[in-house]
Amino acid sequence: MAFDSFSAFIAMEGHGPYVWVCYAVFAILLAGMMIWSVKRNQWALEDCRRRHETESRASAKAPGKASATFTRVEIPQD
Amino acid sequence: MWQWFHKLGSPKWFYGIATRFMPWLLAGGLLLLVAGLVWGLAFAPKDYLQGNSYRIIFIHVPSSFLAQSIYVSMAVAAVVTLVWRMKLADVFVKAIAPVGLVFTFLSLFTGAVWGKPTWGTWWVWDARLTSMLILLFLYGGAIALDRAINDEKSAARAVAVLVLVGVVNIPIIQYSVEWWNTLHQPSTFTLTEKPAMPMEMWMPLLLSVLGLYLLFGWFACIRMKTEILIREQRTRWVKEMILAGRT
Repeated sequence: MAFDSFSAFIAMEGHGPYVWVCYAVFAILLAGMMIWSVKRNQWALEDCRRRHETESRASAKAPGKASATFTRVEIPQD
Repeated sequence: MWQWFHKLGSPKWFYGIATRFMPWLLAGGLLLLVAGLVWGLAFAPKDYLQGNSYRIIFIHVPSSFLAQSIYVSMAVAAVVTLVWRMKLADVFVKAIAPVGLVFTFLSLFTGAVWGKPTWGTWWVWDARLTSMLILLFLYGGAIALDRAINDEKSAARAVAVLVLVGVVNIPIIQYSVEWWNTLHQPSTFTLTEKPAMPMEMWMPLLLSVLGLYLLFGWFACIRMKTEILIREQRTRWVKEMILAGRT
């Protein structure tokens, strides 16, 4: 240890506030960015899952619907 | 070589690789960073000139390193975007720019707080600090430009050009402490020369720098994965992966 006691470690001979503010902001921003990145990833995954699940449910319900259907249309030739 | 290059361009391939590497990057990065910071805060000896305020170096230097390295890597990706039109390069630029912005801010903030007890002032308009502020604006500009253009391809090209123009700032930041008179001390950390600080200070700094680089790798992986999911959500491989629950 470079310090004699815990209070000396916190005080850092008067430089404590500067050092601790820096480390606090660093920790908050780094952790915040990590949480935000993970959350965004989860949202994107959730979004994809919802889209594909509704799609596959829709195609399971009406299997014929996905393929094209043709109807004979009478067109007057004159 | 070329096969590897083509694979690198495939979002699906990258997605799988990133998923495999992410836990290692996260665990290794956090471990090294915490070890470096605890060592630096509590065990490294006090600086004979600056006292204990110098302990800010253990976050200031890694943040500044990342701020510049991320910009350089974005510039490389910008060249790839412009020349080869590789999708992943643009995904990288878009995903990582906010991370670069945060590290540049951290570098400026910790620098300002360190400057107060050391130089007696929060801020001076000298070369190193000003060029770093310009880097912050470059990141902000790249993010804003990307959001302002709706078409994905035009946005990618415009951002790539902006990033490439801004890369001229990087050597200015790098050499500003040598070219001009400045309050900022010369670089403490080079790999080519013998370190200008004792081993007990240099080792924790090395650990926190390496840790933050690994964390940057983790950030790149997870944020690129998100971006790929958004862009490729209609493709077959995303659909198969989602429905199989392999995410």
